[in-house]
Amino acid sequence: MSHHDITFSKEELERYSRHLIIPEFNIDGQKKLKASGVLVIGSGGLGSPLLLYLAAAGVGRIGIVDFDTVDESNLQRQVLFSIQDVGESKAIAASKRLKALNPYITIEVHDTMLTVDNAREIIRKYDVVADGTDNFPTRYLVNDACVLENKVNVYASIFRFEGQASVFNERLQDGTRGPNYRDLFPSPPPPGLVPSCAEGGVIGVLPGILGSIQALEVLKVISGVGDTLSGRLFLFDATVFSTRILKVRKNKNNPLNGENPTQTELINYEQFCGIGTTAKQREVAEMSVQKLDQWRKEGVKHLLIDVREPYEYGIVEIGGELIPLATVLESTNRIPKDIPVVVQCRSGARSATAIRELEDAHGYTNLINLTGGILGWQEAIQPELPRY
Amino acid sequence: MATLIIPTPLRKFTDGKSVFEASASDVKGLLNALSTSHEGIQKHLFDDAGELRSFIRVYVGDEDINELEGAETKIEDRDEVSIIPAIAGGSK
Repeated sequence: MSHHDITFSKEELERYSRHLIIPEFNIDGQKKLKASGVLVIGSGGLGSPLLLYLAAAGVGRIGIVDFDTVDESNLQRQVLFSIQDVGESKAIAASKRLKALNPYITIEVHDTMLTVDNAREIIRKYDVVADGTDNFPTRYLVNDACVLENKVNVYASIFRFEGQASVFNERLQDGTRGPNYRDLFPSPPPPGLVPSCAEGGVIGVLPGILGSIQALEVLKVISGVGDTLSGRLFLFDATVFSTRILKVRKNKNNPLNGENPTQTELINYEQFCGIGTTAKQREVAEMSVQKLDQWRKEGVKHLLIDVREPYEYGIVEIGGELIPLATVLESTNRIPKDIPVVVQCRSGARSATAIRELEDAHGYTNLINLTGGILGWQEAIQPELPRY
Repeated sequence: MATLIIPTPLRKFTDGKSVFEASASDVKGLLNALSTSHEGIQKHLFDDAGELRSFIRVYVGDEDINELEGAETKIEDRDEVSIIPAIAGGSK
């Protein structure tokens, strides 16, 4: 339906009146919003403000893709959700909140993970996509599906105190498409060079700022008002409050739409991001949390070392000696060779790395990985401890 | 002195500092000065062949060095050079 055929009820006109009285936006812009469909992928930190503002602004049809459920630790920044929603499907909880906020729009729930098999079909039904996901495979999946389906991809991502935003694949005046994510970053960081699970974290307000910028850019893309971030990358560093805008150019080697495109369909993004393809790591000796519990109760002589970071130790610990992973090789004076040493981290990956490093560099043979780490211990042995 | 802006994911190598300053005539010189004075950062910037990694962009002012002279791009005092890494967070 063309936006010219859109009409509004009295209630809608009153609701949107602050848009209608902006000369550049006016009722024509509002009709474009109502005639459009926007797909928001991820209803978390970025998705929360995105969805709230898009719904409030009167985007006619909003799709939500999320397979996750609301967790207690989401509430620090995911302002869509309330304590009553914990344990519920995010997409469904979000849908309820948005319908209560604006009954004059349609909310479509995709309570599923976006995959190579469903991405193009879902994206095809919308005019604009807003990417609020949280990992590289999905970022590239969303980008590629948008390029292949000729959709605009309004992008933002965040890390701790820092955020990026841009508008990818927007139709330009000459009919060509603006740069996309692969022009900016041809390939993702391999595992090991990205911040690990221990190095994540985000200050609660930051996704609110970047997600709001995304919502704003979605409204600009739809209404045609102003200049979007197409061809530009916005950067925000909250620690020093600096903002920068850098140019994003098209890359002639872009496999999707460069000079010699080689990619005409979606690919395996886990593999592209190097996940599961690196040489299988040498296995280490493992021990269950139940076994460690038994050892402690029976007084079996051993030492527990905790290779997490001090700020993680401050959240929760189970009596291990703190020796962060980066310092294990220089801390061998604190790691005996004559009694069993159980090594523990959050979920068991870093502790396995610590064991391999110590075995390789110092010939240890008495190190045992605590399977599942402190999360496993919390779940099976001490449910009263906090999870993070 | 040219100023190099260090992005958050690499600040663990610079004692948390967001800015690095050094005298250098080109981008390569500035990045080398950074690698020399901050151990461990090199492998995050360059691959084994010495090429800048594909998930890192380097800008002088608001322009990508690939649009200029690459790593040989000349820099002057008061130029602001930025390292821009791919980051993916958003939902969780």
